[in-house]
Amino acid sequence: MNEGWRTFFSEIGDMTRFANRFFYEGARPRYEWEELLRQCYKIGNKSLPLVGLTGFILGLVLTIQLRPNMAYYGVESKLPDMVAIAIVREIGPVLTALVFAGKISSSIGAELGSMRVTEQIDAMEVSGTNPFKYLVVTRIIATTLMLPILTLLSDAISLYGCYLGVNIRDIVSFGLFYRQVFDALSFSDVIPAFIKTFFFGFAVGLVGCYKGYHSQKGTEGVGRSANSAVVVSSLLIFILDLVAVQVTDILGIN
Amino acid sequence: MAMQVEESPSILKTKTASGEPVIAVSNVSIAFGNNQVLNNFNLILYKGENLAVLGKSGSGKSVLIKCIIGLLKPDEGDINVLGENVAALEQESLDALRVKIGFLFQSNALYDSMTVRENLEFPLRRHGVDLSQTEIDALVIEALENVGLRHTVNMMPVELSGGMRKRIALARTLILKPEIILYDEPTTGLDPITGKEISLLMVEIQKKYNTSSLIITHDMNCVRRTADRVAILLDGRCYAEGIFKDLEQSKDKAIKQFFE
Repeated sequence: MNEGWRTFFSEIGDMTRFANRFFYEGARPRYEWEELLRQCYKIGNKSLPLVGLTGFILGLVLTIQLRPNMAYYGVESKLPDMVAIAIVREIGPVLTALVFAGKISSSIGAELGSMRVTEQIDAMEVSGTNPFKYLVVTRIIATTLMLPILTLLSDAISLYGCYLGVNIRDIVSFGLFYRQVFDALSFSDVIPAFIKTFFFGFAVGLVGCYKGYHSQKGTEGVGRSANSAVVVSSLLIFILDLVAVQVTDILGIN
Repeated sequence: MAMQVEESPSILKTKTASGEPVIAVSNVSIAFGNNQVLNNFNLILYKGENLAVLGKSGSGKSVLIKCIIGLLKPDEGDINVLGENVAALEQESLDALRVKIGFLFQSNALYDSMTVRENLEFPLRRHGVDLSQTEIDALVIEALENVGLRHTVNMMPVELSGGMRKRIALARTLILKPEIILYDEPTTGLDPITGKEISLLMVEIQKKYNTSSLIITHDMNCVRRTADRVAILLDGRCYAEGIFKDLEQSKDKAIKQFFE
């Protein structure tokens, strides 16, 4: 086996051990409620403007791009249905998770990496505080909880963008638009998409923390941690999405 | 009130080793790959003394104190701290022991996302569960006054000079009133004047709180000002041990190179 593959499998093994440690440490007291709330606020609040803006642009652009084709087939009136299903089922969760990964995974990777190389994590440990519990467990739980909420908000903002997009050429009331959207959506569209965002959030937190916590080689290592946190968590989001689609397909809720 | 930091003859100590051991390092060996860093290393720190460990860069001084505090596990040998075998302790017992030990990092390791007040409050909030906010405030102010930096209470670490950061790190180390303080290169990277101030502050702290200190350094001025006893770490072993004046007058080539 060449060196590249060996490193790849070794990294997967280390990350799995890191995830196991998260469950082990997370289940045992002491529980860091105060830090968890602080991280939830920080992570959610920090991502909301970017997630909201990208969601709005996504809804507007998708509507504008789809209109000519829909008009060609004479189903222009189905534009809200089409955009709503596309956003809620797939594009909303994946795009929000990717933006979230870019913003949060790199930030966690850089923050923990910098704490590692400046011995702040060691300082926490020698002061009798479990740094894994305090820094890692809280951040992973925070990303796991915040991404689904951000996805719901992003979906709602995207649909508002779609509403504005529809009204560029047509005149559709807000009430009619939303009635049409909710008629088109079913629970099988919303629930699987919502559930998979928990896994996306977990992946973003896990990778960011893993890369930062194991950062080495000074400031260069911090940069590398932040960068690889984004790359690996983005890749994981696509892999998890693929798995989620297969699972929902097998369960017959697709 | 800030501590007196003027040098006086009484600060240049000549006390010899005595009292009960608080740290006992016995036959400790540790290697990283093929690099044997410590090789059957032995050392005893007695209650109430300042013991300096001298060694070249990369000789394993920092590895030694990281083994003592339990950040690294030696391959062989025992380390007893306050009567407990560090390697054999469960995580919770190790955390409880660590509260009795202060550690001043070479890089200061101040939490840079927190203000000076939050940095000092952090250990108190983690371990002083019965303390009210008023008591915490009083302890923070006392710790800052001990290092003469009360006015920095609401500043961020990035706003402080190197010497100030070192003093704040020292204040944070002291806030839980540890029985032992481990200093990792306390004066490295500081100008001679600030280095002298930090050295004298270390002695004052030892006098005021009757702490036992292990000082890892290669700064001879710091050793001269602070150490009751000096150990020389060479080739992974404790090569020589004694009071500063005796070692300074030694004819041994390996010892002389540190004092030239």
